[in-house]
Order: sequence, then structure tokens, then C-alpha cells
Amino acid sequence: MYAVEAEGLKKSFGETEALRGVDLAVEPATVLGLLGPNGAGKTTTVRILTTLLKPDGGRATVDGVDVIHDPRRVRARIGVTGQYAAVDERLTGFESLEHVGRLFHLPAKEAKKRAAELLERFDLTDAGSRVVKGYSGGMRRRLDIAMSLVSRPTVLFLDEPTTGLDPRSRLGMWDLIEELVAEGTTTLLTTQYLDEAERLADDIVVIDHGTVIAKGTADSLKGQIGGDRLEVSVARVDDLDRTAALLQDRCAVTGAEHVDRDARTVTIAVSDTNKIVPGVVRLLDDADIEVVDVVVRRPTLDDVFLQLTGRPAEADDDEGAER
Amino acid sequence: MTAVTTSDLSPAAPGRTREVPRGLVWMWRDTWTEAMRHLRAVPRNPDLLIFATIQPIMFVLLFNYVFGGAIEVPGYDSYTQFLMPGVFAQTVLFGSAFTGIGVAEDMTKGIIDRLRSLPMYQPAVLVGRTVSDLCRNIFTFVVMFIVGYLVGFRIGGSVGAALGATLLLLFFSYAFSWVQAFIGLSVKSVEAANSAGFIWMFPLTFVSSAFVSTESMPGWLQTFADWNPFTKLTNAARALYSGTDPGADLWYSLAWAIGITMVFSFLASRRFSRTSR
Repeated sequence: MYAVEAEGLKKSFGETEALRGVDLAVEPATVLGLLGPNGAGKTTTVRILTTLLKPDGGRATVDGVDVIHDPRRVRARIGVTGQYAAVDERLTGFESLEHVGRLFHLPAKEAKKRAAELLERFDLTDAGSRVVKGYSGGMRRRLDIAMSLVSRPTVLFLDEPTTGLDPRSRLGMWDLIEELVAEGTTTLLTTQYLDEAERLADDIVVIDHGTVIAKGTADSLKGQIGGDRLEVSVARVDDLDRTAALLQDRCAVTGAEHVDRDARTVTIAVSDTNKIVPGVVRLLDDADIEVVDVVVRRPTLDDVFLQLTGRPAEADDDEGAER
Repeated sequence: MTAVTTSDLSPAAPGRTREVPRGLVWMWRDTWTEAMRHLRAVPRNPDLLIFATIQPIMFVLLFNYVFGGAIEVPGYDSYTQFLMPGVFAQTVLFGSAFTGIGVAEDMTKGIIDRLRSLPMYQPAVLVGRTVSDLCRNIFTFVVMFIVGYLVGFRIGGSVGAALGATLLLLFFSYAFSWVQAFIGLSVKSVEAANSAGFIWMFPLTFVSSAFVSTESMPGWLQTFADWNPFTKLTNAARALYSGTDPGADLWYSLAWAIGITMVFSFLASRRFSRTSR
């Protein structure tokens, strides 16, 4: 039995089709990374699986319980952490955890014990008696995660858990997720960071425009797009288009070249890397293009993402941010 | 160590039933847990507490001393005696605006989403909120009543009738808490909840019999004022405090309070179950 299973999930908001039939399955005690650009439907999928939103079509189960017909029993099995720390600033850290415990119907004593336990685990014991209003962003985030673990959930949903965290807190979060999974918690993680998915996810599902466009392990996804990557940096922005055209003629693989104007680089898939670097340098030199750097490298998840969706994963624009 | 103890992070053992308790006791417990979330926070926010105390005191003193000398109401010896029930009614009604602000705050911070993902009795979130605001309003009322007494307001009839008037006022404020909860869930920000929650209360409370007799208003306005539920409430409370017969006003105002509570608790609950940040 899968810990999470969804079939043909559909959801529209007015005219916009947010999900057009999403399927996914998560093996128990593994991490599924749900990847996609902003507005792809990641958050909508998570909201349906966590009973916050009813789908227009399709079905889903979590820990064997039907999400649509038995939402309360699903809620008793899951932990949810959204994109922003959902903490009541007026309560202390201890009270916040105790409050969640009470709403999971733990006896008073057990709710207190669990709260103390989690404060300790999340390095918040000293802050536990202070009001959350004075907490730093990192502390709030830790408390938020701790709140989603009060009931020892079977399945944990983390919606962009490291967005806005500093690098050190990010590493801490990754260690925590690995520890939870090692203990047997199934995790569904949405992220825009491909290194995060690569490090944590056993399986990856890429969605865009509300449909699954690829699934598999990180390695199998890299295999799917084929070939190594040649990356050329040039000195002048004006030369970028000419460089791209020349490289396409020279390498002629799939035409999947990507021009990054800010970084002044052209990236292209190549099948035969033998002696390609000197050849390319000569070619560009003859065309009077000033080359800064030429590298051949293995494809990354970024390349996978770019090729599949036509845009980079970490888009800066917040346009079409998901509801 | 590979001891077979469960760590802080291990999930509940597979097969362990995670059943959700149902029934009245649990509904009440969840509601109380939610109400306590707000009540235990009250003393930690002195600003709010001071505001909830100062505002009614200010209203009592302002209306009494600024307008008191200029306004004469037929049938009443002193304006104070006429005015106080109106001030009481307006202040408890204004107090209901806190519900909308609080609900909007919970929603924009994602707290409502979190609560909706817990196996609790879901209506407890809104019932707990409105009940805690009622408690705050009781406190406000006590402060106001004492100040009213100090400036010369007296109970004219029986203590029972005065208690009845008080309960009626509080019931009305509770009903309007549900209106505010609905507004709080419908708007996108706390600021919007604040203005959308207050703006309509000014015409509602001023175009009424709360501060002046409606007979001094132009004809069309008088019609509105006479049918205003807030007028019915003020008239009923005024009669009960002075020891006269409230007549139909009592039943009108009770019917309004019941009707508003029913309609808006239904609307707010429906919106709650569909809400998203």
C-alpha cells in the first residue's frame, strides 16, 4: 500500500485550471519531491491531499484513508507545514505545542510532556516560556515544524519548507527531514530548490500547468534528457545570440540551447564531448567572439527542469503565485 | 544506540488506530481549547486591554458631558438616564469588531489553515473565537456600567429587569461577532477587516434612538431609524433599565439577535470550510 496515492486530481479556480489530472504515489517511509515552477499546481495538490481543498475530480488516499470522504481521519494521520510559519504570536512556544496536542485530543499531561519533548528536540527549551512574537524567523520555522510533529504523523507534508531560510537553517532542516524518514515518516515535499530535491527526495515528480510532466529518481530524470552540457560564457552580451547559433550548428543535438543573459552564458546539450572544447574555442575565436570560459559538465536537475518546462526553477518573479 | 525506544521523532506505530473522538464532550472541549487560546493572550496585550477599557469610559464621559447639557429628551429628567443604555449598546457592538480583526489575523498568518488540518471539531475555531470575544465584552460592560453609575445613571426598575437588559445587549454583541467573523473570513487583510468591520457600524448606531430621540430626524431618516434593529435594542434596554414596559421592542430585538446569529454563523461556517489564505 502506498502512503499517499492520488489519481487524476482536477481542480479549477474560475476559468483557471490549476490541476488537470495529477497522479502520484509515495512509498511508505520515503520522500517524494514535488517540483514545479510557481503556479504549476504544487500547493493546490498539497492542499487537496491535506483536506484543505476539495478536488473537482479524481481520488486520493493518505495512509489508506480517503481524503474526500473521510477528511477527519486523514487529519489524525498527517502533519502539515505550509509556506509560512503558522504560529500564534500571542502564545508562548510551549503553549503553542500544548494547544496542538489538546486539539489532537491528547490527555492534558501527555500534551504537556510532548510539548516539552519537542521544544528540547528543536532547541527551543529556553525560548519555550517566551511569547512567539519575540522569536526570530528561524525559531518560528522550527516551532512551526515541531507543531506539525506533535501527533507523530505517519505522513508529513512540507510545502517549501526552506524558502526564506538562511543556509545554516536549511541544512538543519534537511538533517531533520532525513532523520524523520529514517524513523519511518513518509514525506511529501514541494520545493523550488533542485539541490534540495536531489539531496532529500527518493522520487521526484515534476509538474507544470497542472499536469505531471516527468517522474522518476533524480538520476533517471537526468538520463531522460540525455547528453552532457556544454556551457560557454562570453564577454559581450551582444555576442550571445551569434554564439548560440554557432553552437547549434556545431553540436546539432536537439536544439535545446539555453541563453542566460544575466550570466552571459549559452548552454547546449552535446552528444560527443571528444575534443569539443578546443574546437568550440577556435570556432568562436574565428567569429571574433571573446570567450571567457568553456566547460563540459554532467546535466543537473536544473537542466532537466529547464528542458522540461522551458524556464529555470528558481524564477524570481512572483507572478502567478499559487493560492 | 539501537535500543527499541521510540524517539521524539518516530511516527505512531503502524496499525495503531488513530480514531477521532466524536460527541458533545469533545465538541465542547475543542471549543474551550480554542477560546482559551484567545483568553490567555488578553492580559499579554495591554494595548488591547487598555483600548477595551478606555474607549467605553471615553464614550460615557464624552456623550454625557459634551452633549448632555445641549440635549433634552422628552420624558426623561436627565440626559444621562436616556443616554447610558445607548452608549452601552454602541460599545458592546463596537466590541464585536475584534472578532473580525482576530479572524482575519488568524487567516492571513495561516493559522486557520493549520487548524483546518487538525482532527478537531472544526466549528470550535469560530465558536471559540466568538465566545472569547463575548468574555472580553462582559469585562468592557462592567467597566462601563461602573463609570455610568459614577456619572449618575441609576437602575429604575428591578435588578432582574436590568440583568435582562444586560443579557440582551451582550446577546446582540454576540450576534454581531458572527457578522464580523464572516467579514474577517471574507476580506484579504487585517486592515481591510478593520475598516470593513467598523464602517457600517457608525450609521447603524448613530441613525438610531441611541443618542437622540428619532423624532428630531428628517422624515426618511426617521423611518430608517425607527426600523433599525439597533433602535429596537436600545429602546428595549432603556425600558428595562428604567423599569418601564419594553413592549414589542423586546421581542423585535430578541428576534433580530437570534436571526443574525443563525444566518451569520451559517454563512461564516460555510466560508470557513472553503477558506484559503
